[in-house]
Amino acid sequence: MLVLSDFLILGAVLFCLSIAGIFLNRKNIIILLMCIELMLLAVNMNFIAFSHFNADIAGQVFVFFILTVAAAEAAIGLAILVVLFRNKHTINVEDLDSMKG
Amino acid sequence: MIKLIFYFFAATLVFSSARVITVRNPVHAALFLVLAFFSSAVIWLLLQAEFLAIVLVLVYVGAVMVLFLFVVMMLDINLTTMRVGFARYLFTGILVGFLILVEMFLVLDSSFFHKEGLALLPSIESAKNLESSSNTFALAQVLYTNYLYPFEIAAVILLVSMVAAIALTMRRRAYSRNQNPAQQVEIKRTDRVRLVKMPSSTSAD
Amino acid sequence: MEFICLLIVLLPLIGSIGAGLFTVSRKTAHWLTNTCVGLSFFLSVYVFKLIVLDKLLPFHSGTSNELTLYTWLSFGKLNLEVGFLVDSLTAMMMVTVTFVSWMVHIYTIGYMSDDEHNWSDKSLAGKSSYQRFFSYISLFTFSMLMLVMSNNFLQLFFGWEAVGLVSYLLIGFWLQRDTAIYANLKAFLVNRVGDFGFLLGIAAVLMYFNTLDYKEVFALAPSLSNVSIEIFPDIEWSAITIICIFLFIGAMGKSAQVPLHVWLPDSMEGPTPISALIHAATMVTAGVFMVARMSPLYELSTTALSFILIVGAITALFMGFLGLVQNDIKRVVAYSTLSQLGYMTVALGASAYAAGVFHLMTHAFFKALLFLAAGSVIIAMHHEQDMRKMGGLRKYMPITYITALLGTLALTGVPFFSGFFSKDAIIEAVHFSYEEGRFGAGFAYFSLVFGVFITSLYSFRMFFLTFHGKERMDEHTRKHLHESPVVVTVPLILLAIPSVLIGAFTIEAMLYGDFFESAIHVAKEHQSSHDFHGISTFVVHGLTQPPFWLVLAGFVTAYSLYMQWTGLPALIQSKFVFLHKILLDNYGFDRFNSWFFAGGARGLGTLCWSVGDVKLIDGLLVNGSAKVIGIFSQVFRRIQTGFLSQYAFAMIIGLLVLLGWFVHF
Repeated sequence: MLVLSDFLILGAVLFCLSIAGIFLNRKNIIILLMCIELMLLAVNMNFIAFSHFNADIAGQVFVFFILTVAAAEAAIGLAILVVLFRNKHTINVEDLDSMKG
Repeated sequence: MIKLIFYFFAATLVFSSARVITVRNPVHAALFLVLAFFSSAVIWLLLQAEFLAIVLVLVYVGAVMVLFLFVVMMLDINLTTMRVGFARYLFTGILVGFLILVEMFLVLDSSFFHKEGLALLPSIESAKNLESSSNTFALAQVLYTNYLYPFEIAAVILLVSMVAAIALTMRRRAYSRNQNPAQQVEIKRTDRVRLVKMPSSTSAD
Repeated sequence: MEFICLLIVLLPLIGSIGAGLFTVSRKTAHWLTNTCVGLSFFLSVYVFKLIVLDKLLPFHSGTSNELTLYTWLSFGKLNLEVGFLVDSLTAMMMVTVTFVSWMVHIYTIGYMSDDEHNWSDKSLAGKSSYQRFFSYISLFTFSMLMLVMSNNFLQLFFGWEAVGLVSYLLIGFWLQRDTAIYANLKAFLVNRVGDFGFLLGIAAVLMYFNTLDYKEVFALAPSLSNVSIEIFPDIEWSAITIICIFLFIGAMGKSAQVPLHVWLPDSMEGPTPISALIHAATMVTAGVFMVARMSPLYELSTTALSFILIVGAITALFMGFLGLVQNDIKRVVAYSTLSQLGYMTVALGASAYAAGVFHLMTHAFFKALLFLAAGSVIIAMHHEQDMRKMGGLRKYMPITYITALLGTLALTGVPFFSGFFSKDAIIEAVHFSYEEGRFGAGFAYFSLVFGVFITSLYSFRMFFLTFHGKERMDEHTRKHLHESPVVVTVPLILLAIPSVLIGAFTIEAMLYGDFFESAIHVAKEHQSSHDFHGISTFVVHGLTQPPFWLVLAGFVTAYSLYMQWTGLPALIQSKFVFLHKILLDNYGFDRFNSWFFAGGARGLGTLCWSVGDVKLIDGLLVNGSAKVIGIFSQVFRRIQTGFLSQYAFAMIIGLLVLLGWFVHF
């Protein structure tokens, strides 16, 4: 018997892992982007679980939109990354402090 | 059986995402992410969200992750400097992650969820069948009616992001020969044609 | 009738615009303005005849002699209109104003003919000064007519301000002279003080009566006599008293009563014709006219009347003293004007409005005459105004001498001359008021009677110093001495006639008849019960009274001091150095004003600038807020490290806190 909390716990674990990933890979911007994708995945997991157990299709619609936005975000993020690398020859977060106040 | 499938793929999902954040090589990380997406797609299937499971595999694994791999392989990344400080932040990272996890459990355990009755929600087996025909059909039915405007906006966002990505990364090379329509329209006859008066040569004098 | 009234007012305006705004030759300018003002005078005489002799009340269905021409603006129940109220008082003023104005117009042709000498060659303003001068005095005539013919307070105020404006322009007519500019600024500022009071008075009228129309206000006034107002907490004032005193403050500014008199002596910086027209005959009497016009209001407040009485008495006596020590011929006449204005004001304060207005009229003629005579002397002396350099002019300019003599006799109040009747009537009225027990009347009576002696003394002093005695001018001037041209002497003669005769002819009608019956209201208990038994009786009665003997005493004193023992004045002066200094110093009014008001205002300004502006606004608000923002920014910029990961940490910590908060509650 699978209940809602099983899925919610799985989503929470995923989310925490991705947060830990942001802490751990604080220098590698690519991994940071991947962690964001993981976070979105965790959120989507929750949405779908609630949608299923509440018998409401709206949750899945939201997931659909999140996927759309996440795809757009990944595309632009990677494009920025490419431009950044082309100009600075590094993607090390430590080197990117030109916005320092 | 279903439970078994869930636990297996949940374990795979947790393991692969843990590897995503710990492996040295970004290529491996991307591949583990692909694995994570696959396993969560299976779990979504368990939740009868077939369309989204398929979309996840097709769009995410097929397009986004391939994009990631492209970028990772294209960029010449110094891996050693990337890993500096990994061990130092290991403890903090785990601590923060753990704290959030605890808090999330507390949230799930809070009176809010108890009142609504987490336990009262039906299990997968007994859950009311959402779709009379199919998940895709049901999703499409609300997407093209109730959520038409957000849907359109999402389409525009995709278009904008595509244009933005192209505009960001496009490089004009000095030797590339492209047309400038504005210049072409603005051109005047005097710029191109010069009429020269020539005395007609007298024939064989 | 409506058309005639309109013509009277607008003709001078047309003349003014024609001479002022268009490029016209000097000849056109003076012909145009003279014709306009002359026509205006004849029409005024016609109106005077209709109103006074035919007892005609022509405006509107017979009962009202008011006329509304144009609704200026209207809001709520209030209609502000431009209209005329022509009764006997107005008609008399119209004739006086237009007559004196016309005389001055004619006189100006001679006086200003060589005005180029007063300007430097490069001055642009000097090129058309002649035309400009005519334009100004015509404009003045228009403004003054608007003032006297008005039927409501707002139009009165318009005329009031317009004459002030023209006065300002004309005092500073020779705008290349520093003194002229200071003088007109001073006149303007002092008049501002009075006008502020006047405006407050009008506002109070509007507040209590909800209308600005004379007729309605006067009709409502008795019902307001018991209403009181608290300006300061716990001190109650009668509303009528407040209104009257505020209006009188306006009159104090315009009619140069102590302590707002300081501008009038300095206004002599202007050309002499306007000294005669504006600062002697007409504009300065506007305050007197106004109070007479408001008699239904003033009759309700004995407090205000006492105030007027005392102010007038102080002006009449103490300004006369100042005339004794002046050496500038025009200033002597100016101080005598101040003193005479004091007489008029005292008459008003004694509820003898008719006597005040009567003196106003006679004074207009003889004072204009004296001024123009002084101007004539000044022309002859090549713009030398110091009496110590004159003397013996009698044989060089006989017409001026005769007319000036007549003017002086009229001013001092020698029997049968116009000044005698009006001045005696005022003293009589004050005496009655004293018997009636009005506060301040005793002092006023004494001031006026003693003032007669002073008047006589300084008038004859001026007369003797100018026309008799040794010839003290230099040789060059003496050679060129000659009688002034016809355009100057004709006005002198024309003004001399009314100066001598007008008193005897009109006293019965104006003071004892029903001339002002419809225009001036005197409460029953304030009316004097004297009957008039003919001019000769009046004169005989006058001969037995102290004023006549004081005139004589003044004459004898002046004769002995300035003709017989000419060394005596200097001796007296050296004995009373201190007194002389005070008098020369104008009792220190100017010094006090420039120390207290000007200095005080400057001190206040400096204080506001150094504390309010520099410290508070610039220092605290402007630079202070910038500094605070700067300090905060210094702190906050450390948070902006520019590292992506730290921003991510911040977000995550935030998430942690939010979650914890959610769990906790």
